[in-house]
Amino acid sequence: MDVKELIVGKVKEKFDSAVEDVSDFRDDLCLTIKKDQIAVVGKFLKDDPDLQFVMCKDVTAIDWATCKKRFTTVYHIYSHKLNYTLRLKANIDDDPPTVETVTGIWRSADWYERETFDMYGIKFLNHPDLRRMYMPEGFEYHPLRKDFPVLGIPGSLPLPKKAD
Amino acid sequence: MGLEAKLNQDGFVTTTIDAIVAWARKSSVWPMPMGISCCAIEMIAAADPKYDIARFGSEVMRFTPRQCDLMIVAGTVTYKMAQVVRRIYDQMPEPKWVIAMGACTSSGGMYRSYNVVQGIDQFLPIDVYTAGCPPRPENLLNALMTIQEKIGKTKARDFQNRSLVDLELAQN
Repeated sequence: MDVKELIVGKVKEKFDSAVEDVSDFRDDLCLTIKKDQIAVVGKFLKDDPDLQFVMCKDVTAIDWATCKKRFTTVYHIYSHKLNYTLRLKANIDDDPPTVETVTGIWRSADWYERETFDMYGIKFLNHPDLRRMYMPEGFEYHPLRKDFPVLGIPGSLPLPKKAD
Repeated sequence: MGLEAKLNQDGFVTTTIDAIVAWARKSSVWPMPMGISCCAIEMIAAADPKYDIARFGSEVMRFTPRQCDLMIVAGTVTYKMAQVVRRIYDQMPEPKWVIAMGACTSSGGMYRSYNVVQGIDQFLPIDVYTAGCPPRPENLLNALMTIQEKIGKTKARDFQNRSLVDLELAQN
C-alpha cells in the first residue's frame, strides 16, 4: 500500500471533519488541519503503530498579509518506520493569532515554536516557556511579518552610546 | 633600526621620549580578535606563516581585552552583539585603536536588515576601515600598517590626563 494513501486513509478515517485539505504538490503530501485539532491529529500521527511520526523536524509559519486567515503554521514531522516526511498546516484566523502547542507531543517543537512566536507573533497556547528566541527581550515587533519594514523600526533596538 | 651600527661608535643613542614611546607602541600592537563571523577566518589567515602578522609585532592575539591595544572587529555586528562588542572595547586599557574589518562592520555590508548595525561607527570610534567581503589578509595587514603609521605620529602625553571612560554601558 502506498505510504501516502496509508497516511491520508488513516487520518481521514479518524478525523474526517478535521482535515480541511489534502494536497500532493511535487510529491510532498500536505494535510491542512483545523486549528483546534492540530494537537489531537499530531498525537494520533505519533502514537499510531502503523504511522509513528515520532520526530518533529520543524515548526514555522507563513504570513499571507492580506488573506482573511492571515497566518498559517507549518509542521514537518518524520516517521522512521515509513521513512516519510509529512507536512501539516493549520490556518489561523483570530487576532492576535493563537494556536495550541505541540510540545506535549514532540519536545523538539519547544524552540521551533519559540522562534515562530518571535518572528511572527503567533502565540502557542500552553507552551512551557514562550519567550523570544532571537530578538532581545523587550523588543515589541515581529520581524518576519509582512508589515515589518526590512530595515526595522528606528530606535526599537538599543545601541550603546558612542564612545569618545 | 640599524641600532647595531651604533655599537661600533659611542654605544649610545639619543632620542626623545615621544619617539621611543611611539616606536615601542607601534611595534607591539596586541590585537583583540573580535572575530564574530567569516572575516575572522581571514584574520586567522593573516596570522599564519604565509602572511605572518608577527612581522609587524602583532602576533599576540589576546583573548582578554585587558591586554590589548587594538580591536579588530571582524564580522557582522548585530544589535544584540553590539552591546557585547562595546563592553569588550570598554575593558581595553587606553590607548586603544579599532579596525573595522570588512563590509559588514564598516556599513552593514550585504545585510541591509533590521538586525544588523549599519556600520559600527555608530557606537565605536573607528581608526581604519577595511574594504572587502571578506578582506584579504594583505588588506588587514595594510590596515595594521596604517594604524602603526597613526601611532607613530602620537606623542607620549597625548594619552595622559584623559578623563576615564565611563564604563557604565548605555543600557538605554
